[in-house]
Amino acid sequence: MGLSIWQSMERKGYSRRDFLQFCAAAAAAAGLGQSGVAQVAAAFEKKEKPAVVWMHFQECTCCSESFIRASHPIVVDALLDVLSLNYTETLMAASGFQAEKSLNDTLQNNKGKYIVLVEGAVPTHDGGVYCMIGGKTAESILQTVSKDAAAIIAWGSCASNGCVQAAKPNPTGATPISKLVDKPVINVPGCPPIADVMMAVVTHLLVLGKMPELDNINRPKEFYGRRVHDTCYRRPNYDAGLFVESWDDENARRGYCLYKMGCKGPVTYNACSVVKWNEGTSYPIQSGHGCIGCSEEGFWDNGPFYQHLPSFPGFGVESTADTIGTVVGVATLAGVAAHAVVTNVRKQKVIAEVHAEEQKES
Amino acid sequence: MSTSGEPIRDVFRSNGHAPTEYRRVYVWELPVRAYHWINATALVALCITGYLIGHPFHLLYAPEAYQQYWFGWVRFIHFASAWVYIMNFFARLYWGFVGNKYAKWTTFLPLKKSQRQEIVEVIKADVLQTKMHGPISTGHNALAAFIYFITFIVFLLQLITGFALYSNMSTSPIPRLFMWAVPLLGGEFGVRFWHHIFLWFFVCFVIIHIYLAFYHDYIEGRGTISSIVGGWKFERVKDVK
Repeated sequence: MGLSIWQSMERKGYSRRDFLQFCAAAAAAAGLGQSGVAQVAAAFEKKEKPAVVWMHFQECTCCSESFIRASHPIVVDALLDVLSLNYTETLMAASGFQAEKSLNDTLQNNKGKYIVLVEGAVPTHDGGVYCMIGGKTAESILQTVSKDAAAIIAWGSCASNGCVQAAKPNPTGATPISKLVDKPVINVPGCPPIADVMMAVVTHLLVLGKMPELDNINRPKEFYGRRVHDTCYRRPNYDAGLFVESWDDENARRGYCLYKMGCKGPVTYNACSVVKWNEGTSYPIQSGHGCIGCSEEGFWDNGPFYQHLPSFPGFGVESTADTIGTVVGVATLAGVAAHAVVTNVRKQKVIAEVHAEEQKES
Repeated sequence: MSTSGEPIRDVFRSNGHAPTEYRRVYVWELPVRAYHWINATALVALCITGYLIGHPFHLLYAPEAYQQYWFGWVRFIHFASAWVYIMNFFARLYWGFVGNKYAKWTTFLPLKKSQRQEIVEVIKADVLQTKMHGPISTGHNALAAFIYFITFIVFLLQLITGFALYSNMSTSPIPRLFMWAVPLLGGEFGVRFWHHIFLWFFVCFVIIHIYLAFYHDYIEGRGTISSIVGGWKFERVKDVK
C-alpha cells in the first residue's frame, strides 16, 4: 500500500493547516461547498496517492507550462507532490531505460487504478512513424497505457480535437485521443487549457473519485458549459450594438465588443472570461484582442482570426460565405433583369402582331 | 385535359375577337395563402436580421451599453421569426395532406411522367423563352413545385444549423434535439458557415421566385399574381374539357 495524501504531505513537511487549506482549495475546485471540506479532508487522509502517468505526444508542452502556473500554488505543489507522477517526459528526472521502467512498473502495480493524462495528438498515418518514443509509436504507447487506466484526461486541444497538427491537410494523420481508445476520455481543450481548469479537473477526479459531469463532446460542463461570449464583461456592448470597428479606434479604447474584429467568443466554449489567466489577471478580450477560439475543434482551419466567418474554401483568404453570397445574389438580380429585358422586347413583338391582326380584321 | 398544342400566342391573338372562355378556379385555399404570406414575412425578417447579425452596422446612438439594446432586438426578431417560420411550415405540411388537390404533398415531387415532362417544358419556356405548347398545371407547375420542395429541404438544413447554434446555451428541449449537428459540421464555426450559405440560397430564391411569378403572370395570362392574394386562377374552358 502506498501512502495517503495526508501522510505524504506530512512527510514533505506540510503543516496540518497547509493540508486543510489544500483540502479547501481542492473542494472549491471540485465544485463542493464549505461543507464539502470535511469530506475532502477525510478522503485525503485515507485515500492512497493515485498513480499518474502524463504522456506527451504531438504537442508543444504549452499544457504543462500552463498547468504549473495555476493560481493556487499550494494546490499545484501539493498536486504535483500528492500525485505519484510516475512518468512525464518533461518533468521527470529519470531518462532512458529508467524512465521506461518507471512507466512499466506504474502500469503493472496499479492496474485499474492509475490515471492517464495525455498531452498531444497521436499521428496515425504511415504506421505512426511521425511520433515515436523509445522505438515505439505514440499510438501503441497510448494503447498500452490506456488499457488498465482508471481515467483518461486529454489535455489541451491537440489531445481533444487535434489542434494545429490536425489542421488541413493533416499530413501526419494527427488524431484526438478519444478516437483511439474505447474508454471515456475527459476532454480539456484549449491551446493551452486554463491552468486552474486543469487543476480543477484533476482535483475533481481525486476528490470525488469520479468523472465530472461532461457535455456531448466530453468536456467538463462546469468549465466548458458556457461560451466565452456569454460571460464576457463586454457582452452588454454586443447587445447594445456597440462594436469596435477597427483596431485602436475610439470604440476600442472604450472597450466595446470585438465581434466585428473577428472575436470567436460567440462560438467558443471555455471559462476564460470567468476564471481568466495568470492568476485571474486578464484574458484575451480584456486585453483588447478577440478570442481566436483555441479550445474549439478546427480553429486553425476556420480563420483568419480577424474575421468571424471562416474563409470560403477555394476563393482566397478574404472571401467569406457572405461575400460569395453577395456576388451570387447580385448575379441573380442581373440575370433576372436581363431576362426581363428580353421578355419585354419579345412582348412588344407579340403586342404588335396582335394589333396588326386587329387592324386587318377591322 | 386537351392537348391542342395551341401556342400561347394564339391566346393573345384571340383576345377580343374570338373570345376565349375562362373559368374561375379556386386554387389557393385560405390556409395556403396564409402560409405563403406568413412564410414570406418571416423569411424576409430572417434574411435581414440574419444578415445584420453577421454584419452589424455602425450605429452609435449612445456611447454606453445600458442606453441601447438594438442588436439584442435584432437577434430577438431573428429567433422569433424562426419559430414562426417553423410552426408555419408544419401547418403547411399538415395542409399538404388535407388540403385541395393543388395543395397536396404529391404535387411537390415529380413522381409522375407528366410532371417530369412539364419540368422540361417550363425550363424551356423560362430559360430559352420558347413558346409554351399545351396547357400548364393550374396549381404549381411541376418545376416550381419541385423547387419549393428543394426550399423545404434547405429550410430543414437551416432549422438544424440554426437550432444547433444555440442548442448548447438553450434550456428548451427542441433546440437541444439538434446538438449532434455541431460535432458533425466540425464545431460551431462550421455550423455558422453553413447557416450563412443557406441564407444566400434563400436570397436568390426570393429574387427568382418573385420574378418568375410576374413572368408567368404574363406568359400564362391567367392571374398568377392575384391568385396568391385572392386564391382564384383562370382556366380556359377548352383546356378543362
